[in-house]
Amino acid sequence: MSVDKQTVAKIASLARIQMGDAELERMVPELNNILNWVEQLGEVDCSGVEPMTAVIPNTLRLRDDVVNADPLTGGDRRDDILANAPAREHGFFGVPKVIE
Amino acid sequence: MSNYRIQGATGDWEVVIGLEVHAQVTSKSKLFSSASTEFGAEPNAQVSLIDAAMPGMLPVLNAECVRQAVRTGMAIEAQINTYSRFDRKNYFYADLPQGYQISQLYHPIVGEGKLLIARDEKAGIPEDKYIGIERIHIEQDAGKLMHDQHPTMSYVDLNRCGVALMEIVSKPDMTSPAEAGAYVRKLRSILRYVGSCDGNMEEGSMRADVNVSVRKVGAAELGTRTETKNVNSVRFVMAVIEQEARRQVDLIEEGGTVVQETRLYDPDKNETRSMRSKEDAHDYRYFPDPDLLPLRLEDAFLVECRASLPELPDAKRLRYTGELGMTEYNAAQLTAEVETFARFETLLAETARQAGKTEAEVATQVANWTLSVAPGVIKSLGDEARLEHNTAAANAAILQMVSANTVSGGQAKEIYEIVLKTGRDPAEIAETEGLKQQSDTGAIEAEIDKVLAANPDKVAEYRGGKDKLFGFFVGQTMKAMQGKANPGVVNELLKAKLG
Repeated sequence: MSVDKQTVAKIASLARIQMGDAELERMVPELNNILNWVEQLGEVDCSGVEPMTAVIPNTLRLRDDVVNADPLTGGDRRDDILANAPAREHGFFGVPKVIE
Repeated sequence: MSNYRIQGATGDWEVVIGLEVHAQVTSKSKLFSSASTEFGAEPNAQVSLIDAAMPGMLPVLNAECVRQAVRTGMAIEAQINTYSRFDRKNYFYADLPQGYQISQLYHPIVGEGKLLIARDEKAGIPEDKYIGIERIHIEQDAGKLMHDQHPTMSYVDLNRCGVALMEIVSKPDMTSPAEAGAYVRKLRSILRYVGSCDGNMEEGSMRADVNVSVRKVGAAELGTRTETKNVNSVRFVMAVIEQEARRQVDLIEEGGTVVQETRLYDPDKNETRSMRSKEDAHDYRYFPDPDLLPLRLEDAFLVECRASLPELPDAKRLRYTGELGMTEYNAAQLTAEVETFARFETLLAETARQAGKTEAEVATQVANWTLSVAPGVIKSLGDEARLEHNTAAANAAILQMVSANTVSGGQAKEIYEIVLKTGRDPAEIAETEGLKQQSDTGAIEAEIDKVLAANPDKVAEYRGGKDKLFGFFVGQTMKAMQGKANPGVVNELLKAKLG
C-alpha cells in the first residue's frame, strides 16, 4: 500500500491541516515509509488467531450512573471549560460563524 | 403493501423509506463522563474535561446507558450482541471538541429486530405490518450551535456534548408517509414504556434522519436515496417524505438524476434542500477506539434487563381487548401513551375494588370515562380544575354511583366538576346538591299517574298503536321529576302502566 500526493492532500484537508506543495512532496515518502514498515506485519501467518483489540486480557470497565461522581470527570466547571475559549460570550464559546 | 403512489407524467411511482431515529438515552450522567444530562441548564455548565476533549482524559462507559439500550433491544425482539465495540467517526465541526464521535459502526450492541404498526385503514395502512429494524447502536451526541446571536460569531454550548444516544436504524420497509408516521409513533411509545428515552421531540430527545428513494411501481431495483437530517416531529417526517418523493419523481421525469446527498427540511417553506456539497463529507475514516475495550455482556445482566421490562404496548392492547373485553379503538387509545394507561389502570383497580366486581366487569365503563367523559369535563373547566383533586378514589366513587343508578350520566359530570373545583367527597356532593336520581318507584309512579291523567287523548292514541308517543310520556315524566328520575325505572313503569 502506498499513497500519492493527491491522497496526502486529501488526508490533510480532512484533518484541517494546511500544507503547501513542498510539504506535501516531503510527506509522501515519509508516509509511504511508515506504511511499508507496518506492512511487514502482513508477512506473519496469523490464520486461526483471533483479532486482538488490547494487549491485556481485559474487558471494558463500566461506571455507575452518578452525576459529578468525581470532580475531575464531572461538570459544573464552566470557568475551567471556557478558559481556553477564543472568545467567551455569555457563557458560550464564541467562534467565527460556521454557517454558509 | 401500501397503495401510496406518486403520480408522474410517465406513470405511477412508489416510495421506499428507511428511518434512522436518534433517541436520547434516559440517564442522569453522560455516556462517557459523569457530567449531568439535565435539560435547560446554563450554557456549558454541564461539561466535563472529558466532554471538552482535554488531553489525557479517558472515557469510562456508563452502565445505565448500556442497560437501557439492551432493554430497548429486547422490547423490539432484537438480537442482543453480547460482544460489541466502539469506533471513532472522525469529522471536524465546532460542536465536537474531540474531532470524532464515539459510535459503534462494526459491532453494534443490538442486532436485528422488528416493530409492529397496527392496521389503520383511514390512514391507508390496510393491515398490521412488521417493520424490520436493522440495528441499535449507542453513541455520543454533539454540542449545540447558535448562529443568530451575534453578527460575526457562532455560539457553542457543549452541554449536550457526550450525552448518550441510541441510533435505531430501520430497514427500508416503509412505503408511505402514513407508515413512517405510525412507525415513529410506535417506536416512541415503546421507548416511553421501557423508560429508555422520554420521547420528547420538542426538546430534541428524539429526532429522525429520513431516507427516501422512489421507483416505478413494481420495479425491483431501489432508486438512489437522499437523507434528510434531524427531522423533529412525526408531522415533519411525513411532510419530508411527501416533498422529497415528489421532488425526486419530478427530477427524474425531467431527465435529471437523484444525487445521494444529505438534505435539510425547512418547515416554513415545507421543502427540503441540499445541505452539504463537499464531496468528502462522508469520509469519516472509522476505526476502533483505542481508548475503549470491547463491551461484553454477562448472562446475569441480560436476565436482569429482561426481568425489568414492563408489559409492552402490543401485549397490553391484546390484554385489553381480550381479558378486559374492550373495543379495539378504546384499547388503542388507552395504550398509546404511558400516562393514559397508568391513569386508567389505577382507576380500573380502584373502581373494581369499590364496586366489589372484577376489572373486566367495570373495564368498559372506566375506559369511556377515562377517554371521553373525564377529559371533556377537565377541558371545559380550564383553569378552574384543580388536578390534585382528580384522585382515583373520587373518580371511582362517581363511577360506582353511576353503575348503582344512584346518579345519572349528566349528574355524574356535575358532581365531577364540583370534585375538581373543591375536592369535596362525591357521595356528599350528590346528597347535598340534590344530584341524585329518583329510583323510588312510589314517587315516580305518582308522577306517571298525573301525566297519564292529564293526557287522556294521547294515552288513547298510544294504545291505538301510535308507539312513537312513548317518548312523549317519558319526557313529561322526567320534566315533572325535574330530570332526576332514573330513566330505566321510568321506562319500566310506563310500559307496565300503558300496557
